[in-house]
Amino acid sequence: MRRKGGRGDRAAERAEEGPGRCARLGKGAGIVSLAAAMAGAVPAFASGWDLLNMPRGVTNVSTRIYSLHMMAFWVCVVLAALVFGVMIWSLLFHRKARGAVPDVTMVHNTKVEIVWTTIPVLILVGMAIPAARLLVRINNNTDSEVSIRVNGFQWGWQYQYLGTNVSIVSKLSQSSDAASMLDSGTNPRSVPHYLLSVDHPLVVPVGEKVRLLITSVDVIHSWWVPDLGVKRSAIPGFINEASFTIDPSKPGVYRGQCADLCGRGHAYMPIVVHAVSPAAFQTWLKQQESAGKQVSTGEPAPPAAST
Amino acid sequence: MTESHETAVHAEHDHKPHGWRRWVFATNHKDIGTMYLIFSGLMFFLGGAAAMGIRAQLFKSGLELFDPAEFNQLLTMHALMMIFGAVMPAWVGLANWMIPLQIGAPDMALPRLNNLSFWILPFAGALLISAFLVPGGAPAGGWTMYPPLMEQFGASFPMVIFAIHLLGISSILGAINVIVTIMNLRAPGMSLLRMPLFVWTWLITAYLLIAVMPVLAGAVTMLLTDHFFGTSFFNAAGGGDPVLFLHVFWFFGHPEVYILILPAFGVISEIIPTFSRKPLFGYEAMVYATASIAFLSFIVWGHHMFTVGMPVAAQLFFMLSTMLIAVPTGVKVFNWTATMWRGSLSFEPPMLFAVAFLFLFTIGGFSGLMLALVPSDYQYHGTYFVVAHFHYVLVPGAIFAIMGAVYYWLPKWSGRMYDMRLAKWHFWLSAIFVNVLFFPQHFLGLAGMPRRIADYAPQFTDWNMVSSIGGFVFGAAQLLFPYIVWQCVRSGKPVGANKPWEGAHGLEWELPSPAPYHSWQEPPSEAVLAHGAEH
Repeated sequence: MRRKGGRGDRAAERAEEGPGRCARLGKGAGIVSLAAAMAGAVPAFASGWDLLNMPRGVTNVSTRIYSLHMMAFWVCVVLAALVFGVMIWSLLFHRKARGAVPDVTMVHNTKVEIVWTTIPVLILVGMAIPAARLLVRINNNTDSEVSIRVNGFQWGWQYQYLGTNVSIVSKLSQSSDAASMLDSGTNPRSVPHYLLSVDHPLVVPVGEKVRLLITSVDVIHSWWVPDLGVKRSAIPGFINEASFTIDPSKPGVYRGQCADLCGRGHAYMPIVVHAVSPAAFQTWLKQQESAGKQVSTGEPAPPAAST
Repeated sequence: MTESHETAVHAEHDHKPHGWRRWVFATNHKDIGTMYLIFSGLMFFLGGAAAMGIRAQLFKSGLELFDPAEFNQLLTMHALMMIFGAVMPAWVGLANWMIPLQIGAPDMALPRLNNLSFWILPFAGALLISAFLVPGGAPAGGWTMYPPLMEQFGASFPMVIFAIHLLGISSILGAINVIVTIMNLRAPGMSLLRMPLFVWTWLITAYLLIAVMPVLAGAVTMLLTDHFFGTSFFNAAGGGDPVLFLHVFWFFGHPEVYILILPAFGVISEIIPTFSRKPLFGYEAMVYATASIAFLSFIVWGHHMFTVGMPVAAQLFFMLSTMLIAVPTGVKVFNWTATMWRGSLSFEPPMLFAVAFLFLFTIGGFSGLMLALVPSDYQYHGTYFVVAHFHYVLVPGAIFAIMGAVYYWLPKWSGRMYDMRLAKWHFWLSAIFVNVLFFPQHFLGLAGMPRRIADYAPQFTDWNMVSSIGGFVFGAAQLLFPYIVWQCVRSGKPVGANKPWEGAHGLEWELPSPAPYHSWQEPPSEAVLAHGAEH
């Protein structure tokens, strides 16, 4: 009964949220404040029409994946132009209505058939080589500077910084959670980063190789942050490895979601990564360590809650 | 009974039973084929209704219609109904109708088995759909049924597993019948390499079915014993391995997608030559390409699992084997293109669907090639990019081919012509809005929208709205299809003695329209065979 109902229980939490609450007030006031909230929200979402392609991302790996993706895309575009061009030519000029006479002797041509079998093989080899190189590179998880164990659960993520006592439980932020209820009456656009914000984000340093050890305590999940170029299934009984190094010039907030159907909360287990300078990261980690074993409920220092 | 006496009995009257007995005790390939197609149509509209629910829910950001658990039930049942209820039975129905006509046989080789394989279906379908009605609702773990998630669903869990068992048994029986018919009942002179491509692709599909349906049955049985009898095949806590299920499932699952598409290749290879008024280019290459695709389908299953953490060597192997499939598939597309080249084309509804297939299936092939590249797949996996890809190969692929096949052979079956103008409306609405429906899903997936989510972040709203509008119009347009078929059978203009399509070739067109109740009571002579092959 997580999504349906529960409105009463959440009233107190909702009361803390400005825009979401306004939207449920009287109609006149609601529309005005809704418009204001949406206007305010514009920079956060930009326009959905522009979201056409894979993000280039901020790690060494993600930018290379992007290049590989674009290479494959353009190869497909060129091949499509050639094949569809021939098809369209036939459709236009070899029509009965134009008096075209069929060439019924054209049933087979060994030379042509050899050509259109070997050329695709060569193109495929050309695509496979860079892909294979990148694959080997991505799966090199050695020499990491920070190791974090990622436990997926229904529905959220737990992050344990190995070698420290720091452990964070990261769940959908309360503002998104409340607005996501059936008949919540809240416009999702009025909620900052609706469904893509968490209470306690994962904090990592830029410029250092971060290794993730990903597993699950219940069903199969998948940890995915597009800007990092990392997606790995979290499988009970298995520990999967993944690693990334964020460009030192690109600290920031990177968002993702669970990418494997994991039950009714599948849409509600986002991932938020705060990439900060190594110095800030160390400060944050020390602060968390000294806060003791209660950290999972503590406030992470550099980022504010509900981001 | 002497042979002459038997012939006389047949000639006197098509001794078919009347009323309900004709259908319940059916052993005639045409009656059974018709029932398969009607069943498939019903499931297509039920699965389509689930799809409309999904698109309505995703029309905008914010949970509007369904609770996420209900949404997950809808998407799971949509896939199961469409794959096992709509597309597979449609192909078996077409096989029933066409294979005896095309190879010069009087009927399918095993008529009672044929009756059994059909009559399992309504019960299996009812069991599957009634999963919605039990406490806790239908399974909501996706059609892939990955454990441990799948084991979290209650009373409907064993129902769906038994429904899958029944559907699998039905498919295996149907496949046995197809193989026995093709191997034993071909007319004298109809050598393997003279068979029409629809027969060829179905022969290969039948072997795929027999090879992999038992694998699925094994996988779901292990799920069942894990759940009810304390085994731990897939339970990590008991020393089992959840990834084992993924391997077994996809060892079934990849050949399964070719089961859905190979007969479509056969249909397209029949339609394009007819409306190009030219023989199929590279017939033998088409046969070998189909066989290669079928073989490769057994060694590519890992490409569904690139993110589960396989060794790099395994990922490389599956990437290369998957890319290899592009070669025989490319050969097929080139051969169809070459068949149209320097032909004399006309665009009746079957040809329209075939041409749309050619373009849109190829787009699905290109996104498939992109998905084969493992590093890129790390970004695509589990997103709407994948949803767009497989819907491009299944909707304007398999489903357009089924509709093209019905529009192509309906005059043969019924002896009547359908409303061509209305069928063209059906085509244009379908072909335009299938793209409005699925093309934006490529953008959504690339931009980061995971598949199978009940609600999404607001930035994905715009393209989801476009996709939903496309879905609604596409869905509504499909209602034309049963109307056109019904109107044709009831009151279509009789096609008479002439072929309805002047470029048509093959044995089925050597029989009158409608085809007699018992197809080829006497095997066609070599002269008839040769005439059938002429253009």
